[in-house]
This record gives sequence, structure tokens and C-alpha cells, in this order.
Amino acid sequence: MNIIYTDVLVIGGGLAGLRTATGVKERGHDVIVLSLIPPKRSHSAAAQGGMQASLGNSFKGEGDNEDVHFEDTVKGSDWGADQDVVRMFVNTAPKAIRELTGWGVPWSRVKEGDREAIINAKKVTITESKEAHGLITARDFGGTKKWRTCYTSDGTGHTMLYAMDNKAIEDKVETHERMEAIALIHENDRCYGAVARDLVTGKLTAYISKATTIATGGYGRIYKVSTNAIICEGTGAAIALETGVATLGNMEAVQFHPTAIVPVGILTTEGCRGDGGLLKDVDGYRFMPDYEPEKKELASRDVVSRRMTEHIRKGKGVKSRYGDHLWLDITILGRAHIEKNLREVKEICESFLGIDPAEEYIPVRPTQHYSMGGVRTKPTGESQTLKGLYSCGEAACWDMHGFNRLGGNSVSETVVSGMIVAEHIADFCDVEDSNIDVSSNTINKFIKIEEDKIQALVASKGGENAYELRDEMETIMMEKVGIFRNGDDLKKAVDELEALHIRSKNIQLKTSSKASNPELVNAYRTQMMLKVALTVAYGAMLRTESRGAHAREDYPERNDKEWLKRTITTWPDENQTLPTVSYEDLDIMSMELPPGFRGYGNDNTIHHDDSKKRQDTVDKVREELTQKGADRFEIQEALLKYQQNLPPKYRGKNERLTERLS
Amino acid sequence: MSEIEQGRTLKISVVRFDPQIKNDTPRVETYSVTEAPGMTLFIALNDIREKYDNSLQYDFVCRAGICGSCGMTINGRPGLACRTLTSTLEDEISLAPLPVFKLIGDLSVDTGKWMRNMSETVETWIHEEVCPDSHYLEEKMEPELADEIYELDRCVECGCCVAGCGTARMREDFVGAVALNKLARFELDPRDKRTSDHFYELVGDDNGVFGCMSLLGCEDVCPKELPLQSKIAYMRRKMVAMKDT
Repeated sequence: MNIIYTDVLVIGGGLAGLRTATGVKERGHDVIVLSLIPPKRSHSAAAQGGMQASLGNSFKGEGDNEDVHFEDTVKGSDWGADQDVVRMFVNTAPKAIRELTGWGVPWSRVKEGDREAIINAKKVTITESKEAHGLITARDFGGTKKWRTCYTSDGTGHTMLYAMDNKAIEDKVETHERMEAIALIHENDRCYGAVARDLVTGKLTAYISKATTIATGGYGRIYKVSTNAIICEGTGAAIALETGVATLGNMEAVQFHPTAIVPVGILTTEGCRGDGGLLKDVDGYRFMPDYEPEKKELASRDVVSRRMTEHIRKGKGVKSRYGDHLWLDITILGRAHIEKNLREVKEICESFLGIDPAEEYIPVRPTQHYSMGGVRTKPTGESQTLKGLYSCGEAACWDMHGFNRLGGNSVSETVVSGMIVAEHIADFCDVEDSNIDVSSNTINKFIKIEEDKIQALVASKGGENAYELRDEMETIMMEKVGIFRNGDDLKKAVDELEALHIRSKNIQLKTSSKASNPELVNAYRTQMMLKVALTVAYGAMLRTESRGAHAREDYPERNDKEWLKRTITTWPDENQTLPTVSYEDLDIMSMELPPGFRGYGNDNTIHHDDSKKRQDTVDKVREELTQKGADRFEIQEALLKYQQNLPPKYRGKNERLTERLS
Repeated sequence: MSEIEQGRTLKISVVRFDPQIKNDTPRVETYSVTEAPGMTLFIALNDIREKYDNSLQYDFVCRAGICGSCGMTINGRPGLACRTLTSTLEDEISLAPLPVFKLIGDLSVDTGKWMRNMSETVETWIHEEVCPDSHYLEEKMEPELADEIYELDRCVECGCCVAGCGTARMREDFVGAVALNKLARFELDPRDKRTSDHFYELVGDDNGVFGCMSLLGCEDVCPKELPLQSKIAYMRRKMVAMKDT
């Protein structure tokens, strides 16, 4: 038996995983990162447009602070988010970006004086202040009141990931590349690590740890077309689900990004619209102001994607052999701007479309982009039900995004959650309670189960083809669990996926190698992905309302009365053919920002009685304290106490040009 | 969108060899693929794997030219397969793994281990005595300088420059253009407190900047069009100045 012991096991080498690793390492704990690929190739690198942090340096960010970021994020989530977690996040994001600055990210900076920008299709002159010169600048993104998205041209994720991985190398973080965690080792509701498969040799190793962290990103690849890297297959969620103990949260909350190129689904950043780019239809007409007079192209992603789909359904799409699409027009930004601030977009247009976006429109269509759902955790990052298991980043649902994530909040979350969760893990590893008390019998049992599974796959004569099953799954998800959903289609999707899941037990391979064998990898991942797809489709079928990215044509209202709750999914018995679903209520009476209208999208909410009650209380507290001369921090604290979950080192205030710390 | 020729039959030859299989020998296998509009080598290889040979090994991650995973030798020249449109190639296409790097199997090579070793060797991180307190305003930086650093920071460690390098073929410990570009990046960055002395320690020898024979295949094949030639020259001038003192 091949067994490796460590204090902390981190599964996934993207921004969230690496930040967790360096965090626990600096607290004196040993850590091993398992990664399918060299960490610098992780999907974090593909984040283009930026990272939200309320620095408020640039002219259009003036007056920004944690409170505004908090409000934008909660509204963006359509009130699905955990407001404690959002508060923890917005307070830590400025610290995260400044820490990354110290590690070398070459953030684009404010330049004093006049500059031209395009706002609402018009050229305007913005004058940046002298004192802000040289500080980190920011661009506009959807669903935000201020220009808050900090960036490095449109290679933000790349520069963040490189700085982060370089830091991990400096800290001598041990990384085991081409290692895939295929099962968690657990007993009596306590997680002890994972069984991992070497993707080159096929050898299985048990990694035994005090704490285990899933930071494997999203599950976009259950869809036929996704902006996600091809490794974003949701296997982190799957191994948590397969414990039968750990839970997943809000799996039906899946984001579609408005502007992926047609047909290949590669992303063009929201920065295109943030910097002034427009959406146009077959007639070259700018249609978004008709639907969203206030935010236009820069409503939240769920809203813009739906509006685009509505417009295509009215026959206003551009016909192509790949189906209808719309145009993204960034020609108005001018060549100089594109070549400086949108150069990845330009490269992508040249390489994959053969067009020059400074001259021609870009064919775009809403495309699967982000997984709000994931491993359900407490605000500390620990699973609610499986002790010693942690999760952060896109893989997790600690629940910062609710039913819709704002652009720029995901790379920001990766690092922030890594910072916070690392401290909680380190605290856990500091105490005796975390000592590893698992028997070698148990470890052997878990390795044996995985060996048998692989042997069974290699020897199977069941006759099913994994590539075909996967293809069918991806198509079902695209056609029946997409941007607009309805009960009939969702029922069909669940039935069909269930049938595929049952058939997947009879996958047969053409090749027999147990070592570096892509067919074998595809086979076991398809089995896992089908379970994940079922959690998404089944959750979507049961949720008879529309909230954020989950839009039901047969239940168009957001229904706070019955559905202000989080979907919790488990798979307690491996012979089940459907997941088990339960719900967790959100408590309006403890919210800092009670449910209301988002300010964009349809205003058709069925309100909960508590919303008004709580709003009255909030208004009263605010008024009383304001009269007493309380500052914004005191008022905030009176409405929501969140600091107890924030590690002490991240509790302090953030300095701004307008809010100097002494 | 530009119209792309449809329906050509492409003959794609792939160097096959799996070191994990006992007694396996390197060979070339040729597959016929019907070209589809907008087809890239990523799509073509997936097609081959799904339809003809389930065991074919290669690496893709982002499939958008961003992550640098899919470096391979395309018609004899290192490049990124994911963003190579088949329409830009002749009917016969030959694919081989990148040289220099350890072969994993078929078109898959271990760039990860090589790059980590390179990073450790030349210490590709900011060297600073005290990390600034993140509660306070960040250090200012001239906007143009930030842009200049980003220009060099765009490297995706795909390994094409190393595969295209004459010295790297001959000298196992040569750090490659990738490392020299990175040091030029850190040298430019005021946050990194290393001096020319430090850099000389790291690359002031034949495994570093003096190993370069100025063939500059690196710059020719860099998919990100990094200014490798001028940055190697810059570092060399710096190091020569050190040597003379």
C-alpha cells in the first residue's frame, strides 16, 4: 500500500487551492497540493477582466467601500447569498489584492489627468486625481454601482495565478502534479484524506491528512458548450457527494455568461462591455437599453443572458450554421484601447474567428460559465456534516454568490476564501482534536474499493460507450437545463440522466491499460459527472420559482415566501439512482439587507412577510444610530455581526485615499 | 466570420510511443479526419481519440491559447495546438511531442516538472524583506512601468521556446529563454530587491545568459510574441557589465 501522511491535503492547484496551501504552510503545517496539471495551467489563469475589491482609487470608483460592494453582491445573488459570508468577503478583498501586489501582480494603475472613456456609447472625459496616480485602477463590470474591478489588462487571472504559484514555490509548497483525487477517505463523519490516482502510472496512493480541502473549481463541463477549461468536470463535488455524508449546496445555480464566441464557447471578458462595448442584433441595433433602461449592457450576467435569449427568440438573432447569435461591438473603443486593455480578446478573435475586433463585430451567445453551487460549507470553509473536510473557491458553496455571481467576484473569491479558510484549517490542525486516528484497515479498505472499481471498468463487458453517454449528458444539460427552464423539460432531463447514470455502470473500454489511459479517465469521470449533472437537474426541477440564474418559465416569480432557501443535496446510498434533496432556510430577520428589488431584471417577487418587518427594523436602527452620530462601521455592526468567523488578522479596516488609517 | 473550406480530408500523422508500456516502440500513425469549419488541432485530436484511437495521449486544458498546456511540434515547429486552425495547414499534418521535455506518452510531455525546476533555480518570485501591511494603501507604481512588467509577465510557460532552442538541446541545465525573460521581468520590477549581483549568481554562466548562441528560435516560435531576443540581450549586457567589474 502506498500511503503518504501530511497535515493538510489540498485538492486542486488553482488560486483557491494555492492560497490555502501557502496559508497553512505559513502557519507551520505541512501541506501537499494535488493537481491534475501543473498549477500555473489551472483555469484561474483564464479569468480575464478582473478582480473586485473596493479600493476606490479611480475617479469612477470614488466613494466605493465595503458597504457598496456588499450591497451589489447581495443584490447580484438575488438574495440567495449568505450575508455573513459576503461581509467577510468584502472586508478581505482589499487586503487580498494588496497582498497579491506585494507578491508581484502588475495591476494596471491610475494615471493622473484626463483620459477618454466610452460610457453608454458616448465618449466622455474622465479626470483622475493626482493623489491616486500610481495606485491600482479599476474598470466597470455588470451589476456594480462603482467601477470596482481591478485588472491587469485582460490577463488578470494569469498574472494572479503566476504570482500566487511563484509564492507557493518560494514557500516550498509540495505539489504533486498529474494526481487525481478519486475518492475521499472517511469514517464516522470524519474525513481523513483522499485516494489519488497517478494519471501517468495509474498507481493509487492514499494521502492521509488532518484536514482535506477541495478546491477543484466548477462543473461547467457537464454542459456541451462551456467557457470552462476542459478539466472543470466537477469531480471535486462528485467525490464529496460520493461520501454520502458531505453535502452540496445550490447545485442548480449555474451561470451563463453573455459573451462567449460562437461556436467554440471561448470567453470574451465582461470587460468588453465594462469598457463600453455594446450588444447588437441582426439589424445592428443596440437592444439592451429597451430591456434594461437603467443598467443596459451592464446588468448582472443572469439578466443580460436572459435578455439576449429573449431577443434571439423574437427573431432578432443573426443566423449562422451554428445557430443564432448576437454581436458584441467593441470597435467603438478604438484600436489603441483594445490592443492595450483587451489584448487577450483580440488574440482570441484572431486565432479562433479570424477577425480583427477593432474592425469587425464579434459573434457571441450566452454560454455556461460558472458554478454557484458546490460543496456546502460553513463560513469557515468546513463541511457542515463531514468534519475535517474543507472546500473553497468555485468548488465550494459557503455561499457568497447565491443564485448569481457578479463578474469580477470569482477570482476575488478564490484568493479571499483561500486566505480565510487556510486560517480556520490551521486553527483546526493546531489542536489535538485534529489528530489522525484512522486505522490502516480503513485506509486499505478505501484503496481496495477504488482498485476494484478500476479493475471492474477495465474488465467490463457491459457494452456501454462512455463517450456516447457523456455526449448525451452534455446535450441534455444544454437543451433542458439551460438559461430558461421549465417543469416538463426538467422532468425529462432528470429521467434521461437517471437512465444514463444506470447505463454508466456498464461502461466498457476498448483499451485495457490501467496506466496513462485517457479512455479509462473519461470513463470514471463520466460516471462521476452524471451524478453531478443529476444534482443540478433534479434541484432545478424541484425549485418552482425563478431566482438569479435559475429561471423557470412556468414559475417566473422569485418566491421569497416559499423558496428563500438553499438546496442541499446528498447521495447517501450508492445504489440510489437519484440524489436526496433537502433545504436550509435563510433567515430574513438576521439579514443586513432584507430582500427587495435588485434594480435590474423583472420586479415580480412574491415577498415574504418578514422582509418588510426586517426592513423596518433596519431602517429604524440606521436612523437612530445616524442621529447619534455613529459611523458606517458602527451601523453595520449593529445590523449584522460577522467578525466572529473572520480570522483576527483580516478583521481590520481597509485604508483608502478618503479613509486614511492612522 | 470568414468562410472556412469544408470537407477536406486531412491526413494527420502522430508520433506514438508510451513509455509506460513494456517493449513499446516509437512509431508514426496516420489518421484521416474530415475537416470541419473552424476546426483546430484540439478538435481534430479529440475526434481521433473518440473515433479511432481511445488511447491517444495529449494535453489540453483551456483550449483557448491561455494556459500553455498544448505545446507540441506541428509540422516540425513548436506551437500551441489548441489555437492552430487546420485551415492554416496543408492536407498532411505531422504532430510530434516537444523535444527536450520528458515524454509522458504520445504528444504529452512533462513541462510542469521542468518549469518548476526552472522557477526554483532562478527564483521566479519577488524578493522583498518585509511584505507590506495589506490594511494600508498599496505601494504606488508608474502606470507605464506596470504595463511594461505585464508585457513580460504574459509568458504561459508552454515550453515552445525551450523546444526551439539549440542550447537547450545540448545543455541539460540551460535555463532557457523562459527563465531569462522572467529575470528581465523581475529586474524591471521595483518590488524585487535583488541586485545585479544576485542575478549574476543565478544566470551569469553557460547554463544561463552566456549559454545562449543567439539562434533565437525562441523568439520565432513564442506564441505570445514575447520580446525574447531583446530581453536576452538586455540581461546579457547587464551580466557582462558584472563580469567586467
